[in-house]
Amino acid sequence: MADKHIDDISGVETTGHEWDGIRELNNPLPRWWLWTFYATIVWAIGYVIVYPAIPMLKDATRGVINYSSRAELTKEVASAKAAQGALAQKIAASSMDQILADPQLTQFATAAGAAAFKVNCVPCHGSGAAGGAGYPNLNDNDWLWGGSAEAIHQTIAHGIRSSDDPETRLSEMPAFAEILKPDQIRQVAAYVISLTDKPHNPALVEPGKQVFADNCASCHGENAQGNREFGAPNLADAIWLRVHGEDEIAKQVQAPKHGVMPAWQARLGETTVKELAVYVHSLGGGE
Amino acid sequence: MNNAVPIVALTVGAFLALLGAGFAYDNLFAAHMWVLFFSLAAGTIVLLRQLKFAPASKAKANAAASEYFDEVIKYGTVATTFWGVVGFLVGVVIALQLAFPDLNFGPWFNFGRMRPLHTSAVIFAFGGNALLCTSFYVVQRTCRARLFGGDLAWFVFWGYQLFIILAATGYLLGITQGKEYAEPEWYVDLWLTVVWVAYLIVFLGTILIRKEPHIYVANWFYLAFIVTIAMLHIVNNLAVPVSFLGVKSYSAFSGVQDALTQWWYGHNAVGFFLTAGFLGMMYYFVPKQAGRPVYSYRLSIIHFWALIFMYIWAGPHHLHYTALPDWAQTLGMVFSVMLWMPSWGGMINGLMTLSGAWDKIRTDPIIRMMVIAIAFYGMSTFEGPMMSVKAVNSLSHYTDWTIGHVHSGALGWVGMISFGAVYFLVPKLWHRNRLYSLAMVNWHFWLATLGIVVYAAVMWVAGIQQGLMWREYDNQGFLVYSFAEAVAAMFPYYVLRAVGGGMYLLGSLIMAYNITMTILGYERQETLPGSAPAALQPAE
Repeated sequence: MADKHIDDISGVETTGHEWDGIRELNNPLPRWWLWTFYATIVWAIGYVIVYPAIPMLKDATRGVINYSSRAELTKEVASAKAAQGALAQKIAASSMDQILADPQLTQFATAAGAAAFKVNCVPCHGSGAAGGAGYPNLNDNDWLWGGSAEAIHQTIAHGIRSSDDPETRLSEMPAFAEILKPDQIRQVAAYVISLTDKPHNPALVEPGKQVFADNCASCHGENAQGNREFGAPNLADAIWLRVHGEDEIAKQVQAPKHGVMPAWQARLGETTVKELAVYVHSLGGGE
Repeated sequence: MNNAVPIVALTVGAFLALLGAGFAYDNLFAAHMWVLFFSLAAGTIVLLRQLKFAPASKAKANAAASEYFDEVIKYGTVATTFWGVVGFLVGVVIALQLAFPDLNFGPWFNFGRMRPLHTSAVIFAFGGNALLCTSFYVVQRTCRARLFGGDLAWFVFWGYQLFIILAATGYLLGITQGKEYAEPEWYVDLWLTVVWVAYLIVFLGTILIRKEPHIYVANWFYLAFIVTIAMLHIVNNLAVPVSFLGVKSYSAFSGVQDALTQWWYGHNAVGFFLTAGFLGMMYYFVPKQAGRPVYSYRLSIIHFWALIFMYIWAGPHHLHYTALPDWAQTLGMVFSVMLWMPSWGGMINGLMTLSGAWDKIRTDPIIRMMVIAIAFYGMSTFEGPMMSVKAVNSLSHYTDWTIGHVHSGALGWVGMISFGAVYFLVPKLWHRNRLYSLAMVNWHFWLATLGIVVYAAVMWVAGIQQGLMWREYDNQGFLVYSFAEAVAAMFPYYVLRAVGGGMYLLGSLIMAYNITMTILGYERQETLPGSAPAALQPAE
């Protein structure tokens, strides 16, 4: 055994060993440290008795309160559902008109729709539902497929050009590059831009009007006010979904781009889709 | 003729890498083998240029063998500083990427590839080199024996650097097995295993040939770190490669077993790499720098064994409220809570070692660095058990609070104790009177400390706000915030976090400069903190 050695400053005996000049005092374990350590062990034993802890051959000990995180989750979800249950069931059973006729249901459905909108719709339509290039603004009263609660519901439930829903809203503008001559396309683009009083070449507008009447009016209407049956946009209201200016209109006429919206019914369920429809309807443009 | 064996080995290795690149099963493997080839070829050229044909004198070899093997430790100290700066820099970059997504330059410099680069650079490159070189230094001094295995220590050092290079380039190329802190693919894992076993042989061999009758406490911790990391690394990385000439492999585990194995590994990487290893560092450098004996031998024994025994069970707390069975979650939680005092044993022993030398906190910035390291160690080893409690975890899990917790441990504890050790080592290894500048150490100390405080405080606020936003319901039972809104709310915190990290990076650059100047042999003329200025001498 090494020599006895007392540290001068603390007056405490060392263990007698020395490594590269380092010695070790022989202080006892701090009491508070030891008792706190014991306390955590006692607490741990108690916790292990109360909660599931010890793995056995097939299952594990259940603990005296028979806790299970799955059971707890199921319970929490059930109680949350129960709290909303009466109103949610009423919404499920009601038509859009019935929901809008009942202020309590409308208020509940709007709140629910707002929550669902944030999670599911914001990525395309924006956090304020103001849309973006190719994604319609849902706050205004310019609707491609209709702004009644029923029409909005139909759009959300089955989507637009959604490949996995047979009831989806379908229509495609033909690519007029194969139908019209290039100068005709220039003319019709000039005509369309003239409808909103943008600077345009008057020489092109007159023939463009004729081209429009022959080729476009069947869907977009004689006055270019659009047709919701085909989702044909109103071209006379200066609200543009995707294209801006004459050149872009000409390109859209040549080879149109079509937006796609998923069908949400299968994913979110009937109730949530109704709630979303009520919320979107409430944004300002609802008819 | 010197260097004959390594030159042949490197040449053969480079040739095999070339074959690997030529016959690769996929493009990524070919790219990675080219990286390996150029690394090995560069090493061969360096060694060839050092080649001398003088006969190896036996007398000279014996003289060398009687001294400590410090050359490799010098390299390790420089590598620690270098990788530290690199790791912190990448950290600041990814912090900015989170705040300003436009800074993602894909595909190589996307956040997804840069993030493992940061974590591995800091943990394994910076921390690993710090552990490697300090353990070699400490084990020789406290055993009074030269490193066992001769040039094997060189193999460990350079082999480890090769592992770092392969891991880092792999991440940027997009090679990953998707396990946090264990991202490198199977062939890099195999290489690290070889290096690690060599490390164990060098370290354990030195302990076995020691001239001291007892094994010093620092060496227990270092040995626990080396042995346990070997076990964790091998088990967690068990996998079957698709091809022996391809990057992709499939883990031996699946589903929740895979998750549990991963977090058994992940948590004990924290426990044994970042805690036990650095406690070994603390147990040598704090008493040396303070010039005081270790506070309590008994405490060191009890807290060592308690720490080793408890830590290994704590991993499941990373999987609270998941598919992991409840019983495993319970055990992960109670072992984490019981771990509190064993962890604090190290803090007590470190801080109380200063009793009789408390004045040095005022006069010695290196001691100050070590004290703040121990303080952050104590803070994060309290925070950890607290966050493992399920009720707390349900709020903190998946939020930036976890990131803050990790960084108060990594920047505060691991970083600061390593800086202290580097500042201690450099003048000794290069036989300088003192560091180039103690005032710069002081600057480093304050920049790093303030940086950590900003970082940790900001992440607490960010994390708690995130957790609360995720669980906020209105009075009708609907979620108030979408996930994206919680992301948008993080912007100011992410900017401030980058500021805190930037301060820490700046401090490390000052250290790099200070270390370089010390190695080059300069001494800055300055008034040392605590020394009485001449003007205040009383008149006769």
